Amino acid sequence: MVGALALSLAACGSDPGAADPAGEGSESGTGLSGELNGGGASSQESAMEAWRAGFQSANPDVTVNYDPVGSGGGRESFISGAYPFAGSDAALEDDELADAEAQCGEGGVIQYPAYISPVAVAFNLEGVDTLNMPAETIAGIFAGEITAWDDEAIAADNPDAELPSTDITVVHRSEDSGTTENFQEYLHTVVPDVWTWEAEGIWPIKGQESAQGTSGVVSAAQAGEGTITYADASQIDDLGTVAVGVGDDFVEYSPEAAAAVVEDSPRVEGTSESVFAYDLQRDIAGTYPIVLVSYHLACGTYEDAATADLVKGLYTYILSDEGQAKAAESAGSAPLPTSLTEQFLPAVEAITAG
Amino acid sequence: MTTTDSPPAPVAPVRRRRSSGDTERGFSRTFRWIATGAGALILATLAAVALFLIVRAWPAMTASSEALAEAVPRYPDDTSFIAYVGPLIFGTLLAAVLALLIATPVAMGVALFISHYAPRRLAQALGYLVDLLAAIPSVVYGLWGFTVLAPVLAPLWTWLNNWFGWFPLFAGDVSPTARTMATVAVVLAVMILPIITAVSREVFLQTPKLHEEAALALGATRWEMVRTAVLPFGQSGVISAAMLGLGRALGETMAVLMILSPGFLYSFKILQAAQQQTIAAYIALDFPEASGLAVNALIATGLALFVITLAVNMAARAIVARRKEFSGAN
Amino acid sequence: MSTDTTTKDSTEYTRALLTTAEPRRRRTDRIMAGLIWSAFALAMIPLVSLLWTVLFSGAGRMSVDFLQYSMRGIFGGDPSGGIYHAIMGTLIITGCATLISVPIGILVAIYLVEYGRGPLARAVTFFVDVMTGIPSIVAGLFAVSLFTIFFGPGARFGLIGAVALSVLMIPVVVRSCEEMLKLVPNELREASYALGVPKWLTIVRIVLRTSVAGLTTSVLLAVARVIGETAPLLVAVGVTDSINFDPSEGRMMTLPVFIYRQYSQGQAPCREDQVNCVADIALQNAWGAALTLIAIVMILNIAGRLVNRWFAPKTR
Repeated sequence: MVGALALSLAACGSDPGAADPAGEGSESGTGLSGELNGGGASSQESAMEAWRAGFQSANPDVTVNYDPVGSGGGRESFISGAYPFAGSDAALEDDELADAEAQCGEGGVIQYPAYISPVAVAFNLEGVDTLNMPAETIAGIFAGEITAWDDEAIAADNPDAELPSTDITVVHRSEDSGTTENFQEYLHTVVPDVWTWEAEGIWPIKGQESAQGTSGVVSAAQAGEGTITYADASQIDDLGTVAVGVGDDFVEYSPEAAAAVVEDSPRVEGTSESVFAYDLQRDIAGTYPIVLVSYHLACGTYEDAATADLVKGLYTYILSDEGQAKAAESAGSAPLPTSLTEQFLPAVEAITAG
Repeated sequence: MTTTDSPPAPVAPVRRRRSSGDTERGFSRTFRWIATGAGALILATLAAVALFLIVRAWPAMTASSEALAEAVPRYPDDTSFIAYVGPLIFGTLLAAVLALLIATPVAMGVALFISHYAPRRLAQALGYLVDLLAAIPSVVYGLWGFTVLAPVLAPLWTWLNNWFGWFPLFAGDVSPTARTMATVAVVLAVMILPIITAVSREVFLQTPKLHEEAALALGATRWEMVRTAVLPFGQSGVISAAMLGLGRALGETMAVLMILSPGFLYSFKILQAAQQQTIAAYIALDFPEASGLAVNALIATGLALFVITLAVNMAARAIVARRKEFSGAN
Repeated sequence: MSTDTTTKDSTEYTRALLTTAEPRRRRTDRIMAGLIWSAFALAMIPLVSLLWTVLFSGAGRMSVDFLQYSMRGIFGGDPSGGIYHAIMGTLIITGCATLISVPIGILVAIYLVEYGRGPLARAVTFFVDVMTGIPSIVAGLFAVSLFTIFFGPGARFGLIGAVALSVLMIPVVVRSCEEMLKLVPNELREASYALGVPKWLTIVRIVLRTSVAGLTTSVLLAVARVIGETAPLLVAVGVTDSINFDPSEGRMMTLPVFIYRQYSQGQAPCREDQVNCVADIALQNAWGAALTLIAIVMILNIAGRLVNRWFAPKTR
């Protein structure tokens, strides 16, 4: 029954890309073919969708799949060799790096930040579109110490805003997530006396509202009046946003201001040439300090020549201007500054089989 | 095969049996073996699943609480493994029991309506609609739950809290987003309603016409006929149906995951956010980012869900067995 | 003539006696009828609301293109993608799971009802109950671990998903088929034996045929139970946006996973000058896929009903 249905439908379906005559294998010149499967952080899924689409349309015989299983799953599968490439919201830790080096062999591990996106502090308050808040206020609100919207701490920085006396309802991510970790890292670094908790993927405060995933917190925030949450800035829809205090200024989120944080921060020392990680500085004037940085992982050498070529091709495409522009268009992320891609490209281009 | 309804039939099998008795017996034996083999296969499959669960859960169950607290993100300090799983078991049972309490009476009503009250044509159409609803994926229930249902229920929850706040279930601060256990219970109830209805309806329809007609002939009203003939006959079936529903409610992942704002307390406050969490949603929530011992701990909570379901099912079996003399066919 | 009138009189007399004698019984009857009607009305509210939401939100996305293209090469707010790959994936994986589960499930039910005596039968009943309690994600993890033993880490293909779904499906098939087989009156079996029909033929020709309507309902319920599973397929089959017909090789997309991923993706950032960009396309895709999934189940249900009509004994 099901089989018959499948057969009768099989006659009429197609991949939209396959019908494109310009994409015939020989014409594109690269001659890449085959299937490449990776996975990891779901934060960069939209961007990865754009990269896969662009890479596949340049190489029509290639299929790239990305499982949004989460950063932990991505790192674990990469270390076990199940995924030849992976995405992760956190850089590999020292012991993970050692395991990954062992799995990859001579070529070593390649790691670079591929997806940088501002995390917006977004709220749902009738008639208010933007509010200025320094880090102390943000931490106070999320820690539950500031409980009403007309609190003096908020009003002081927003003399023009009409603030209602509505209770503040904090909505956080219910699952272990890279966004939560980045947000907490920001709070803990800038105002450690207000935000006393160590940065972790899990929200430390009990008893507050929560929802699963970026779309979950956004829709929960939209459902209640007086809610506040933090979410990938490209997803916040019509919620109001906070201009975050950096030094004496208040900075609205923007992809460029977010990318500037990574560009201006020092690289973490003590790792091999091809492992890029950054010690993010949250107080550089003019930058937007709350950023989500998601990394890509690969090996320097692969046993299988086809896999090596595919990973190399995909990552080269991702770091190209076209790839970065596509991700910015699809996911609203920040295009990597050329100063960074220039550093990453040699490592990626050196991927070989062997 | 004509054996059941035409007169010459009795002769034919007898003759055939005489000519090919051995083959028949061979067939019978083979058939029996195949059926038994299928039963054994179930045991093997389950043994494999159980082995898998226990092997993967073992490290977490034997690890020290310090090691667990370090590896498992949500593990509270200085507690035993039981104290860690306890609130999850509580939350799972609370959700499932509330859902079952809402769904079973309604489902029996709907099943009776379709089998004995509604006009025949309408009944067929409705039966069809209910079957269809059983197939809606839980992701869709989740989507519907918080886009459509939660906003509708929010004022109702506030009202309940205002007037019945003295009742433990409705106490506490009402969540403005209605992403609470109460909403989850309603969604779960809607979700298991079609399953319970479909099985109960099928069972009620099988009530021997003779029983029903006998009851009516004795002057029973329609309800008395239902009560004396249909319900006793369908009892074991309804309990089985409810258990199927409960099984789904206990193990439901996506809808709970998408709607509930979780917490880890032994709390009856179903209108307040961040109070309870269910095991299945907990596993799905934390699995993507888990590694090492944390995965073992998650699978150990899965094992706990296993044990709960087992206990619930055994209880149901016991009830059915004790009432067997009232039930229908055999 | 005269006897006729007396009969009629006495009938009417009895009826009058029955209807007037005990108003309490009649009141109970009416109250219960009212309760049953209102239970039905109450149940219809959320169910209709749910169907309406899916229909209303999904219909806008429905088109021939949506049904016959995959999502390969589609990203951002581009509205030209489709769900063909997910439809095929769902049909193939659920089909494989059904092929595995239904024969095993029905045979086990037959074993339990017709042959089951002694410790093995008790053990099977017990363990089928246990199996209904397997959380779906655990079934997925189990299937993945099983296949990684043979195919190494990173193995993801349709059959793994089918095995995971079977683990969930078999107990549902067994429990409900067992219930249906028990409903076949023993008189029918005994009549058959009395006519010298061997046991296996009695089971195949009498028991199964009498209960075929119930069995079909059971199987459809079980299919419906697993066709919407998300978590196990996400871990066992992975995701892809290209078409794949081969369940033994490569990832496949399925409708529930597609719905979940699209929902998770949320808004697409569209610039104002951008043509061909729909900001909430992902959510539209999700509802469209949900509607398609329901339509598929509806088609299966109709097919099931036709099967019933062909095979069920003509009693009425």
